[in-house]
Amino acid sequence: MPKLSFRKSVRLAMAEALERDPSVVLMGEDIGPYGGAFKVTEGLHERFGADRIIETPISENGFAGVAIGAAMTGLRPVVEFMFMDFMALAMDQICNHAAKFSYMYAGQCCVPVVFRAPFGGGFGYGASHSQSLEAWFMHTPGLKVVVPSTPASARGLLDAAIRDDGPVIFLEHKALYNLEGEVSDVPGNWSLDQAQIVRPGQDVTVVGYGRTVWLAVETAKRLAGRVDVEVIDLRSLAPLDVVALVESVDKTRRMVVVEDDCLTGGVGAEVAAVIAERVRLDAPIARVACADVPVPCCESLERAALPSVEKAVAAVMRQMEVGYELVDRGTESGCQRESRKGRQLAGA
Amino acid sequence: MTTMRDMTPYVVGRAVPIDPGASGQDGSSRAGCSVDSSWAVTMLRIRHFELKINELFARGEVRGTAHLCVGQEAVPTGVCAALRSDDYVSATHRGHGAAIAKGLSLYGMFSEILGRRDGYGAGRGGSQHIACMEKGFLGTNGISGGGLPVSVGAALSSKRLGLGRVAVAFFGDGVANQGAFHEALNMAGIWRLPIVFVCENNLYAMSAPVSSFVAGGSIARRAESYGMRHDSIDGNDVGQVFEASRRFVDLARSGEGPGLLECLTYRQLGHSKSDKRAYRTREEEAAWLKRDPIARERRRLDGAGIMPAADFDAMESRVVAEVASEAERALACQAADVSTLYDHVVPEAAAKTCGGITCPS
Ligand SMILES: Cc1ncc(C[n+]2csc(CCOP(=O)(O)OP(=O)(O)O)c2C)c(N)n1
Ligand SMILES: Cc1ncc(C[n+]2csc(CCOP(=O)(O)OP(=O)(O)O)c2C)c(N)n1
Ligand SMILES: [Mg+2]
Ligand SMILES: [Mg+2]
Repeated sequence: MPKLSFRKSVRLAMAEALERDPSVVLMGEDIGPYGGAFKVTEGLHERFGADRIIETPISENGFAGVAIGAAMTGLRPVVEFMFMDFMALAMDQICNHAAKFSYMYAGQCCVPVVFRAPFGGGFGYGASHSQSLEAWFMHTPGLKVVVPSTPASARGLLDAAIRDDGPVIFLEHKALYNLEGEVSDVPGNWSLDQAQIVRPGQDVTVVGYGRTVWLAVETAKRLAGRVDVEVIDLRSLAPLDVVALVESVDKTRRMVVVEDDCLTGGVGAEVAAVIAERVRLDAPIARVACADVPVPCCESLERAALPSVEKAVAAVMRQMEVGYELVDRGTESGCQRESRKGRQLAGA
Repeated sequence: MTTMRDMTPYVVGRAVPIDPGASGQDGSSRAGCSVDSSWAVTMLRIRHFELKINELFARGEVRGTAHLCVGQEAVPTGVCAALRSDDYVSATHRGHGAAIAKGLSLYGMFSEILGRRDGYGAGRGGSQHIACMEKGFLGTNGISGGGLPVSVGAALSSKRLGLGRVAVAFFGDGVANQGAFHEALNMAGIWRLPIVFVCENNLYAMSAPVSSFVAGGSIARRAESYGMRHDSIDGNDVGQVFEASRRFVDLARSGEGPGLLECLTYRQLGHSKSDKRAYRTREEEAAWLKRDPIARERRRLDGAGIMPAADFDAMESRVVAEVASEAERALACQAADVSTLYDHVVPEAAAKTCGGITCPS
């Protein structure tokens, strides 16, 4: 199988869709000859022309709505947001329209649109260009939220997202764009609701998605011989593959979620609830998330805020060392900790 | 430079004679007048539908809210009369009139607003979320300004797929201050899409008078910034609305790009059910009642020898009876079934039709 970068795999899925289906169009800012901010659409304009690679003005809410209207009337738009943070400007159209039209109109129409966006921190872009806002969309019924972790899953899941008849939020972690991996000649038949066991293990389940799958894999490697870690790649955040999660944690009875979004009300909170409702555990669930702060720009602070292999290793070790009876009852959420710290700083 | 004159008072872009009631001369010079009573029927159906909703509200049969367009019927009637049945329309929170004018059934609409299973959304949409894809009706909309980009998208797909369909986006005067309005007009402008933006300027956005909330003195003229033709007309004269719409729609269809049509009108009732109308005077309301679009059409039909007033009144009685019986049928329809709660959250496997086109999958 040929090796391809994550970036080129996303591009390949779009090129194949454009080739296969004349109703597919791309929309977004600077996605033409410029190739998009992360060069994902490079070359597509030359190949498919401006009628299908539709460059939009800087009007995120507007072009999201245009894509939705086009999707209701026969096109299948794939929309690129330059950074996920800018989806904040389009929340109205995405959450009030794309997510709801099928339901409110009792299935009279579908909204086959994909909203793609690069997300995540680690590059010093600062707080308006580094966020991981996936939980916002998980919280909106009617949206699917998909996060690939490899070139192969980027290609396969995007292909499935474009074929899907409903709106799909497709999130690409910036740190993965240059990742190389094997990609087969044909997209295959990917489903949008299945997690994958990346590495089987017996002792603890470490759950990740996108970039954090790689943190989880590295954590497993570092602990090899001491702790047998099972790594799950969620792939889809909405819907969550509850069956795969429960099966895994039923076996390991311990779970650590490694997530790029903020701790409070995040992906890990939902995964934890799903498990806590269904599985009797040997240790309290742990979440390794971005701190509840706007993503800081400078390297020292950004590193401190984001999840890392070291933090995940520490969380797994804690899982292995403590049983319920040994847990420090004083554990508090990051939010509580931070607000306490804030009060201290304020002299209260 | 902005001058004080630009700021007050709000001026309609073109001088429009809007006191036909006094002169009885309305419509005499219009080219596109209907030679029959079809516009009158549509306006009457809208009027009595709205009055029936009001009555059902008072009786406690309708939950939530509803925004009625009594007094504004000529706008959707005239605009939709200029459309093909497969053209697209997106409407506002005050959108029952547009839905009826686009051909939706009274029964389906009553059922939807009453939460019955035969409603257009099987009871899950309600007054502000009624759509009918078969009729190209992309929905009333609970988000002020939400429908504009959606209509631009419909115009985009019509152009790309070569369907020859025109999209219309109705919007209120309040929406001229919404970002989505400007983004939508700009995209329609740069892509020269087949779309007509129709402003239902009823002088107020809830309680906010257009004169103090729209800078620059004109909604219609905002279209100039987007390189778009525009006109400002008497929206209580159905013939004038039709004539202007036909011009704009035909130009849009023939590839001449988008336009913005501002229709000056007046909402005779409150904004929604709890409005005490403290922001406007009873004198102003009385003056606008004299310009009632249906009374004017009744006089025109009589004066032009098309339909004597007595026949008009008999026709109105028939519409009242039709509306009453459709409402009764809807009341008799079963409530939405609880077992359907999760239906259509995500599209079901069956082929979906999108604006009359089967979604490729
Ligand atoms: C809401 C939003 N969308 C997109 C971007 C990405 N972006 C940053 S600068 C830029 C172009 C801005 O052009 P202009 O306003 O003309 O400023 P210039 O860069 O020419 O000084 C874009 C698209 C952004 N920062 N914010
Ligand atoms: C985004 C948004 N903001 C506010 C509202 C509440 N709201 C509903 S109708 C309305 C006034 C709209 O005024 P206008 O556009 O002039 O329409 P009209 O009611 O006069 O027909 C407001 C503020 C809303 N539905 N959506
Ligand atoms: Mg510039
Ligand atoms: Mg208004």
